[in-house]
Amino acid sequence: MVLSLIIRNALRHKLRTFLTILGVAVAVMAFGLIRTILAAWYSSVEASSPDRLVTRNAVGITSTLPLSYREQILKIDGVKQVTWANWFGGTYIDPENFFPQFAVDKDAYFEVFPEFITPPDQFEAWKNDLRGAIVGRKLADRFGWKVGDRITLIGSIYTDNWDFDIVGIYAGKDQTIDEGSMLMRWDYLDAWIKKNWPGYAAQIGWYVLKLSDPNRSTEISSAIDTQFKNSTAETRTETEKAFALSFVQMSGAILVLLKVMSFLIIGIILMVLVNTMVMAGRERTAEHAYMKSLGFRAYHLVWIISGESLLIAFLGGGLGLLLLFGVANIVKSAVAMWFPVFVVTPATFMIVICVALFVGLLAAIFPSQRVVRMKIVDGLRVVD
Amino acid sequence: MAEALVKIRNVSKSYYRDSQEIPVLRNINFDIPQGEFLALMGPSGSGKTTLLNLISGIDRPSSGDLAVAGENVAQLTDGQLAKWRSEHIGLVFQFYNLLPVLTAFENVELPLMLTKLSKAERRKHVETALSIVGLADRVKHYPRQLSGGQEQRVAIARAIVSDPTLLLADEPTGDLDKQSAEDIMTLLSRLNKEFGKTIIVVTHDPRAAEKAHLIRHLNKGELT
Repeated sequence: MVLSLIIRNALRHKLRTFLTILGVAVAVMAFGLIRTILAAWYSSVEASSPDRLVTRNAVGITSTLPLSYREQILKIDGVKQVTWANWFGGTYIDPENFFPQFAVDKDAYFEVFPEFITPPDQFEAWKNDLRGAIVGRKLADRFGWKVGDRITLIGSIYTDNWDFDIVGIYAGKDQTIDEGSMLMRWDYLDAWIKKNWPGYAAQIGWYVLKLSDPNRSTEISSAIDTQFKNSTAETRTETEKAFALSFVQMSGAILVLLKVMSFLIIGIILMVLVNTMVMAGRERTAEHAYMKSLGFRAYHLVWIISGESLLIAFLGGGLGLLLLFGVANIVKSAVAMWFPVFVVTPATFMIVICVALFVGLLAAIFPSQRVVRMKIVDGLRVVD
Repeated sequence: MAEALVKIRNVSKSYYRDSQEIPVLRNINFDIPQGEFLALMGPSGSGKTTLLNLISGIDRPSSGDLAVAGENVAQLTDGQLAKWRSEHIGLVFQFYNLLPVLTAFENVELPLMLTKLSKAERRKHVETALSIVGLADRVKHYPRQLSGGQEQRVAIARAIVSDPTLLLADEPTGDLDKQSAEDIMTLLSRLNKEFGKTIIVVTHDPRAAEKAHLIRHLNKGELT
């Protein structure tokens, strides 16, 4: 009967309850969307592996390192494999069509990044084709590319028209892996540099190291940086997570603003629900007083009030989540250029549900407090 | 003479408004025997509802002792009072105080939710109470689907469903037409005669009070 009473209480003012649920749903959707944007921003950080280190030039990410470091790094105890990459920075037809492009080591890159899954025959084709490129599934879908296509990029750093053969399409091992990048062969790029800028050949952007034991990352980082101290290109080694985070934090102010906005939205949800629950509590003062006179204790009434508040919050949260999935799906393609991984993650799902339920409980505090303090005679207004 | 079910000794009650004391009851003393049907009458502000509230344990006296069925109500804690009320007191109010979202059956069942009775036992009690008040055919009706007299009868069924020691009614006919008021007072009289219920009714209406065995008057907080 208690559950039935909670449901029927919630439906006393159907329009008010419906509008409250809708208000909570829209706010929950907005909150979830901001959390999804934040998650998309941090997706590279989340996708990083604890057994990988990144070594780059200590001066900055735009400065290169000699390829010759690879053999020396590989000899350091605890380093299992070393690969490298360069930022390519090309334009496909129009600058609006931005997507990340990396020139990578054909021999070890996919071994160090096993989360990029490529069919073996396509991988072999890539190793045998200097102009070969492997593209992410979402990138291929975005431009309608398929294996066998030839595309041309206009190099903005390496100023030339670059032809590539799409020889493979990779998929991420799960939905948090970026499927919006293009991986081309580093030796193709290096051959061009040798020809056009001979002094800059055999240079790489950054190394990525696979460790045999992630617990030794601090010790190995230190060993690498010590080894190249006082050389022409000193290094800075950090975990892949810290490396990814350094890029994310370049947008620190925006991220802080987004986080502040998400908390403001929680406040809005709270106000919407508190308003409804306080009104409902006031309207039922005499009923609550009468129930107390029957022998119901304040905590019985608090259960009923909290149940109603939680029910509205839960329905609003549920509807908000449905809206969130719908909206996220619609805007996903529109933001693919900036956020290759734009999905409502299980963590966001849980946060949204928890926020809705938390707000439901908070909104019940005011009417509950009132009913606890209320004297029966005052509630009944029967002083004669 | 039956033993006193309610013993009121030197009971006074004052309210405070902006630190100003407003005495409502002054030094009340009287006994109500088991099986009595008492009408408390008096003008507005005479303190009759306050006295009823003190007897029912929904308010506390400022001084004095008030015992119901041997229990000194004034000394019970709030929790003990709530439990005591659920076991010993049946309350009927002028405006029925039925929950509009519950059917007649569910409204009557409400006090039994505080007991350990099974669902089947609760059903039996509710059906009995509703048949006593003549509303066995209205179990699925919501309060808005009932007349004022029927609503008050549901309220009486709710008050008697847990078989309380004492039935207290505050202006039970105050919101009813003449015929419905007559029916309600006849019902209360029947509960007293046939079921031996001790009943205290607060009323303005002399015709309603006629059904009682004993009428006591309050004036300016004193029994006359």
